[in-house]
Amino acid sequence: MTPSALSTSDLRKHYGSGSTRFEALKGVSLDIAEGESVAIVGKSGSGKSTLMHILALLDAPSGGSVMIDGTDASTLRGRRLNELRNRTFGFVFQQFFLTPNASVLENVMLPLKIARVGSRERKRRAHEALQLLELDDKARNKATDLSGGQKQRVVIARALVNNPRIIFADEPTGNLDSATGAVVEDLLFDLNRTKGITLVIVTHDEELAARADRRIYLRDGLVVDAIDVHAPASEAVGA
Amino acid sequence: MKALDILRTAIGNSFRSRLRTTLTVIAIFIGAFTLTITNGLGTGINNYIDTQVSAVGAPDVMTVTKPTETATTSDGPQKYDPDAASTISSGTGQPGATVVALTDDDITAIGAIDGITSVEPIVRVSPDYVSWGDNDKFVLSLSALGGRVAVDLAAGSGFTSDSTTAEIILPTDYIEPMGFADYDSAIGQQVTIGITDALREQHTVTATIVGVQEPTLFGTTATLNDTLTTELFDAQSTGLPASSTEEFASAVAHFDPASTDQEVSTIKKDLTAAGYSGTTVSDQIGTFQTVIDGIILVLNAFAVIALLAAGFGIVNTLLMSVQERTREIGLMKAMGMSGSRIFALFSAEAVFIGFLGSAIGSAVGIALGSVISSVLANGFLSGLVGLQLIAFTPISIISVILLVMAIALVAAVLPAAKAARQSPIDSLRYE
Repeated sequence: MTPSALSTSDLRKHYGSGSTRFEALKGVSLDIAEGESVAIVGKSGSGKSTLMHILALLDAPSGGSVMIDGTDASTLRGRRLNELRNRTFGFVFQQFFLTPNASVLENVMLPLKIARVGSRERKRRAHEALQLLELDDKARNKATDLSGGQKQRVVIARALVNNPRIIFADEPTGNLDSATGAVVEDLLFDLNRTKGITLVIVTHDEELAARADRRIYLRDGLVVDAIDVHAPASEAVGA
Repeated sequence: MKALDILRTAIGNSFRSRLRTTLTVIAIFIGAFTLTITNGLGTGINNYIDTQVSAVGAPDVMTVTKPTETATTSDGPQKYDPDAASTISSGTGQPGATVVALTDDDITAIGAIDGITSVEPIVRVSPDYVSWGDNDKFVLSLSALGGRVAVDLAAGSGFTSDSTTAEIILPTDYIEPMGFADYDSAIGQQVTIGITDALREQHTVTATIVGVQEPTLFGTTATLNDTLTTELFDAQSTGLPASSTEEFASAVAHFDPASTDQEVSTIKKDLTAAGYSGTTVSDQIGTFQTVIDGIILVLNAFAVIALLAAGFGIVNTLLMSVQERTREIGLMKAMGMSGSRIFALFSAEAVFIGFLGSAIGSAVGIALGSVISSVLANGFLSGLVGLQLIAFTPISIISVILLVMAIALVAAVLPAAKAARQSPIDSLRYE
């Protein structure tokens, strides 16, 4: 069995207290293997975004634990936590979150800047990532001047640039038409296959979820039915 | 993020919202400009006073007087003491102020005080006029501070030490009316000084011009050497009883020029203990400087108030900036940027805005101040030779810029802390 990249046990999260208390997660246990692609599927309000935030160590659970590479995430603090986030995770968001007036290159370099990578090395790696996504000719353009599909490819380049082990994609195709969405999907699954990057996709889109190795269904803060679709998913990726 | 990257990113960020940054920079500019000008004014005037100090007197000289005993209690008028020395108009201080006259005994007593190397009485002479050859006669006013001064000379070499001939230094504006072609041609010429004695009889004394002096803050006055003063005093005292010529309003005490401030104040203390009062030239000038410094302080206070207002402008700008960049901050945090570096990023932005405003303000202040100063020096203030009304020192400019940057840094605390505290998820959810 492949070692697990992320695992949770009895993960709970609630917001507010008293009458406004809201249980977003009511005890989620899951295990994501290294190199696996997993779709967390659920309607809005199912707790899927909350789960992703906790998995990406952006939020702390109210109960339960998150293990990353065999370390309890709750023991990570300050600098170590920041370094782990920086080195391990890449993010792809539905709303892109690109810095509007900065160039494409600047946007892609941001994680490396945070990681204190030197200026020359930074540029080299950013160009490399952009080349991979066939966007190198847009490096000098402003991020706002790009089309939706191009923007999302920039976001993927940014997620990729620091060689992360896990990429979290929150509705990566949500803002794209189906044709460009398909390109972005292909890119993500391709990275998962060729580079062995663990892919965690949060979506309500069944079609996208179907391409993942495994789907985790969430409803009202609980995992309802986890179906292993290993074999069919591989076929779909090959398309 | 490396410190250099933080700085670069902060500078880049401050230009992202150009209009807002420009408006904030203008607010800072106004404060920094005012502060530069007021500081320059202080520096300029104080520089001028400093040069005047050297014009007015040697640093190793102290004027000694015997102050009158003031009625300390309100138990009626003071009893008359027939043995007390007569009082004499001091000629300095407020009009009508009198001091107890110094006698020869007092001079000896002052000379005996530790640290005083020599003491001479100051005699007051009031000459009527000065003239050259057959030209017009002009009223001659003398420097209230007497001889022995280091004057700012426009021509000539000044008094020869221990000269036994009568010598005079005339102010620049006497030269032409008296009939000389220029300053240099007046040097070495003999002038006639008229003086009236107690019996209303006019005497004349001749003196050699050894220097032409720039006008000072104390007006256009002539300076005489000891020999001339003595000759004039003798002429003026003709017919007076001997006792009145042995009474002096004040004396000049010399001390070691290498004396420290502390030693000088010890001498002053000893003089006070002996019933005298000693005033150095810097004491007299110090009063001027205190007044100037006070005025500059008030002006600076207004400039700082303007800067404080600008500080709130920075707070506002940054708060808006934090608000606008909520997602970006969240993203950077999600990517592993620490709160302290986010704080540093926004602080650096504020400091940069502060630097921009103050640097431009100071530069414009220096440019405008220099122009105003040179226009005034050639026009309305041309009478005060050597006065550069607004002068700048690198230290005062740098301190203005640093002060503004410090204010900006303080202003950044609230917005930067707000940014640093932001949770990445809330920021990323923010629509």
